[in-house]
Amino acid sequence: MDFAFTPEQEELRTQARAFLSAHPDPSWQELAELGWTGVSIAEADGGAGLGFLEEAILFEEMGRALTHAPYWSTVAVMLPALPAELQAEVARGEASWTLAAGPLVPDLDTATRIATIGGDSIWELDGAEREVLQTNDETRPLGVVSGGEAGRKLASSELLPQIRTRSLTALSLEACGVGSRALELAVEYAKEREQFGKPIGTYQAISHPLATTLMELELGRSLALFAAWCIAEDDPRAPIAAAAAKSLCADAAVAACERSIQVHGGIGFTWEHVLHRLYKRALWIQAWEASGAQLRSEIADHLLGGGA
Amino acid sequence: MDLRDTPDEEQFRNELSSWLEANVPPELRGHRGGAARYSDDAIRDWSRALYEAGYIGLTWPKEYGGGGKPYSYQAIFLEESARAEAPQHLGVIGLGMAGPTIIALGTEAQKARYLQPLLSADEIWCQGFSEPDAGSDLSAVRTSARLEGSHFVVDGQKVWSSYAHIADWCILVTRSDPDSERHAGLTYLIVDMKAPGVEVRPLRQITGEAEFNEIFFTGVEVPLENVVGDIGGGWQVAMTTLLHERGTLGFALTAALEVMVGKLIELARDRGATPLQRDAIAREWIELQGLRYTAYRSLSALMKTGVPGPEGSILKQQWSEAAQRLTKLALELLGPDAQLLADNAPYAGYWQHMQLRSRGNTIEAGTSEILRNIIAERVLGLPRSR
Repeated sequence: MDFAFTPEQEELRTQARAFLSAHPDPSWQELAELGWTGVSIAEADGGAGLGFLEEAILFEEMGRALTHAPYWSTVAVMLPALPAELQAEVARGEASWTLAAGPLVPDLDTATRIATIGGDSIWELDGAEREVLQTNDETRPLGVVSGGEAGRKLASSELLPQIRTRSLTALSLEACGVGSRALELAVEYAKEREQFGKPIGTYQAISHPLATTLMELELGRSLALFAAWCIAEDDPRAPIAAAAAKSLCADAAVAACERSIQVHGGIGFTWEHVLHRLYKRALWIQAWEASGAQLRSEIADHLLGGGA
Repeated sequence: MDLRDTPDEEQFRNELSSWLEANVPPELRGHRGGAARYSDDAIRDWSRALYEAGYIGLTWPKEYGGGGKPYSYQAIFLEESARAEAPQHLGVIGLGMAGPTIIALGTEAQKARYLQPLLSADEIWCQGFSEPDAGSDLSAVRTSARLEGSHFVVDGQKVWSSYAHIADWCILVTRSDPDSERHAGLTYLIVDMKAPGVEVRPLRQITGEAEFNEIFFTGVEVPLENVVGDIGGGWQVAMTTLLHERGTLGFALTAALEVMVGKLIELARDRGATPLQRDAIAREWIELQGLRYTAYRSLSALMKTGVPGPEGSILKQQWSEAAQRLTKLALELLGPDAQLLADNAPYAGYWQHMQLRSRGNTIEAGTSEILRNIIAERVLGLPRSR
């Protein structure tokens, strides 16, 4: 029983944190050169032949850095649907993808290719018009596609449940990154900011909500890492683990941002502070794919049998 | 990262699970805890059986009668015992607190004298830390230890002491320097509970049972060889005890919560649940999974460093609030039936008992407020609040 990252994995995290904090808006080519677009792609296809656990580290770090790139939509969502030659393009940094699964499509400003679902298959969508809509979270805008036609057949739509599990898990990990950074900002501020002659972190009205935030994020992180491990190991518990993780992590990240804004006082409410951007990503994650209530309803069906 | 058992761990788990299946006496299975867990001779027999089968002191060094195994074996033992609804070994305070403290800081003579009978449940231990005026603020202890030749003379009062009414030994924090304040001038003693001048009075608690006690010490003589650590260095020894209290505790708590969540699901199936209740049940199940995998992460860290980290506080705190929420949810599902006791109580009064007992969970072994202070100061690095 070992639930800890290896030194190599920790090294990847250190490298990712340093790069991403300096490059909030990296090009897809830059990510490919770091080897990150092909982490789990077979070595024969130009990837690193690693797995979802290494990708999990990158999802978490990209959430923390609010990285503006189609990494989640390409790697978490689309990768299993791509045949080997298209995976090789992703590994080389020549293509990135997003899936138009509903009326609103993420990452249309950055992803080079679009996939769509029709009949029993997932297809490449050729020649579609893209419109990027003004979105709360500027680093992950939503948009709409119109026109276009089905091009290459990519995969069977039987893959969709697996894609959903990966997407929910990656979003949970991003949420952990977002929430942890919001908490760190609050802690730093509470140590420095003085009122009534003392750092405000001395007051339990400040420190206890931050302790609660840490506890919620730690539980969330454990759930997200378990879901990631299940995916990496093809464990049949993955879908429920992912639902549990997304339900808790998204709420924990939103609460972390809200408490951090409160601890910061007026400055936390300004446009120039990074907190509102973290908050908007947390709200985006909470809203995407399935709400906490929907996911808990699925879990209740699993535990108690369907419909009350 | 691999959450599966190693082949050796798996073999241990399978053997243990078969052993429990064959050996837990049916009348003790699903034992709900409470005062009965102390008074029943069958529990002492059960504790000896566990010891003789080699399941007690699994992680302790072999030279002191332990199994010399990694912490993961203790985690497996706690998980499987909870799943089998086997009762706990009677020596909870000795195994979790007194024993590890003696191993870490005791003399060779103390190790030779106390450890083996502690493992076999031939001798039971209790803890004398809290006093009427020293609860969360342990440094305010006033129970005095006056040096007279080759022994200390102890006078004072301790409170909230589980097992004291059946205990043979007490780990006692005393003030040995009457002019000292706070953390200085404390001495940690091993006190014979059968010595003249020791009086134990049970305290009846919210559940109606008497699980814990007051202890009065009047001129109790304690030989110098019963000092653990240095005279005047009792604070450091007490901190060692509390550190170990929260070591693999997370696993015991999570395993117990898993049993409770299982029973909650059973209850909801029996009685039905509204959509909002189903949502609340799903929330508690998710929380349980979060606690379990946090315990795994904490165990992996413990196995690397050998010292329990402050994460134990996170588990204890989140577990206690989960236990309070989910037992109240169970009462809600039971409706007015939950108000009935004795023979009329559904599920033999399990939920009524557990709900009332859970109010103690956020008080015992560090209140939620103190645990939040610990997390704020030692994990987040915020300035001290006092």
